Amino acid sequence: MEAITVNSNEKIWNGGNEPMGAGYGKLMMWFFIVSDALTFSGFLAAYGFSRFKFIETWPLPDEVFTHFPFMHGVTAPMYYVALMTFILIFSSVTMVLAVDAGHHMKQSKVAFYMFLTIIGGLIFVGSQAWEWKNFIKGEYGAIETKGGSLLQFVDNTGKRVALADFAVVLPEERVRLERSGATWFMEEGSLPSFSVAEVQAGFKARPDVLIRTEIIYQETPEEKKNAKLHPTLNSKKHKTVLTRAESEAMLANAHYVVEGANLKRNEYGSKLFADFFFFITGFHGFHVFSGVIINVIIFLNIIMGTYQKRGSYEMVEKVGLYWHFVDLVWVFVFTFFYLV
Amino acid sequence: MSHAHEHVSNIKRIWFVFGLLSIITTVEVILGIIKPESLYMRNLLSMNLLNWIFIILTLVKAYYIIWAFMHMEGERASLRWAVVSSVIFLVLYLLFILLVEADYIYEIFKNSTIKWNF
Repeated sequence: MEAITVNSNEKIWNGGNEPMGAGYGKLMMWFFIVSDALTFSGFLAAYGFSRFKFIETWPLPDEVFTHFPFMHGVTAPMYYVALMTFILIFSSVTMVLAVDAGHHMKQSKVAFYMFLTIIGGLIFVGSQAWEWKNFIKGEYGAIETKGGSLLQFVDNTGKRVALADFAVVLPEERVRLERSGATWFMEEGSLPSFSVAEVQAGFKARPDVLIRTEIIYQETPEEKKNAKLHPTLNSKKHKTVLTRAESEAMLANAHYVVEGANLKRNEYGSKLFADFFFFITGFHGFHVFSGVIINVIIFLNIIMGTYQKRGSYEMVEKVGLYWHFVDLVWVFVFTFFYLV
Repeated sequence: MSHAHEHVSNIKRIWFVFGLLSIITTVEVILGIIKPESLYMRNLLSMNLLNWIFIILTLVKAYYIIWAFMHMEGERASLRWAVVSSVIFLVLYLLFILLVEADYIYEIFKNSTIKWNF
């Protein structure tokens, strides 16, 4: 449609005008994207809020996301999430190629690129599921104290030690609280593999194991003088390691064994960390998932020739906008969750 | 619906932007893994230089995704301003309020008698 001419004032209110030069659907997609962008900004800003509030104890992301498929026991920080980023950027490229082919009314080319976009989206969602699995399962395990802070374990070279490496098995049995055995409507999730007493006993038997607190070491003069902190294992911007004597004192306050992550507690540190991880990456993953479904619908319409008959592939352009937006959000999630 | 402007094929530009985004991501990952001491330990406006680099590179990526992939560069100025300026203004405002407030709460926990963690 040509831009309206200035002289035809009497026709302005008859509809059909495009004051912003974009069709109704495309304009609404842009406005939806604005509101969705503000939603995600709200989440990420809330993440920033909690992080700034607990700036001294927040988990270090490159210690949390260290897994790569088929590479067990290898510490590979960020490689996997970088791969996921490439997958999503590439599916954005195939989408924009589909839009470009649509401008030239090449039906089979649009369908081909759309198909690739869907595959890319599915791989991304699958990768995110795998990432969640590792996050939920955990690797080392930790201890929560009565005060709610988290203790992790390292050996005398500063390497992380898993609970399973030193905890002993005691002849004790704790029964999981179920609805049927409770006085009121109470129950609990699956029990941790070890009890607090088993971890404490195992710790006593292994003099080389030390405790690492949540606090990030800043190399201040007070910290350097502090006799409770390990003299050699601490370095700036890493979690603080305690001396053996202080570790023993700290472990006496143990209250709960934490393995992996759920919405209540996680072995990585601040309780809010896992909540934000689940909520933000989950909300983004849900966007990718709905994007894949919308893409499939559009793909079916393309191969049925709906848009060819209509004479315009503007629908591909509209879902393309949504798909690129999902990519855009991931770029920010990647930075603020994994890099910063 | 044909637009006022002609659709020229911009496949070349698409691949250029893809290359650029890939290079930026690779640089980010490499910096994130080695964490160069000179950047990581030095602060500018109470944030370390490495984080500044990450955030600036992210904004560069966002610019290219919106301008090239979402084809904002081909839209009218009124649409560009309606979308981009409102998001930028509201996000900056939100960040300013929340981060300043969070820092205040951090100071309260640190310097007052309230103890939350022991």
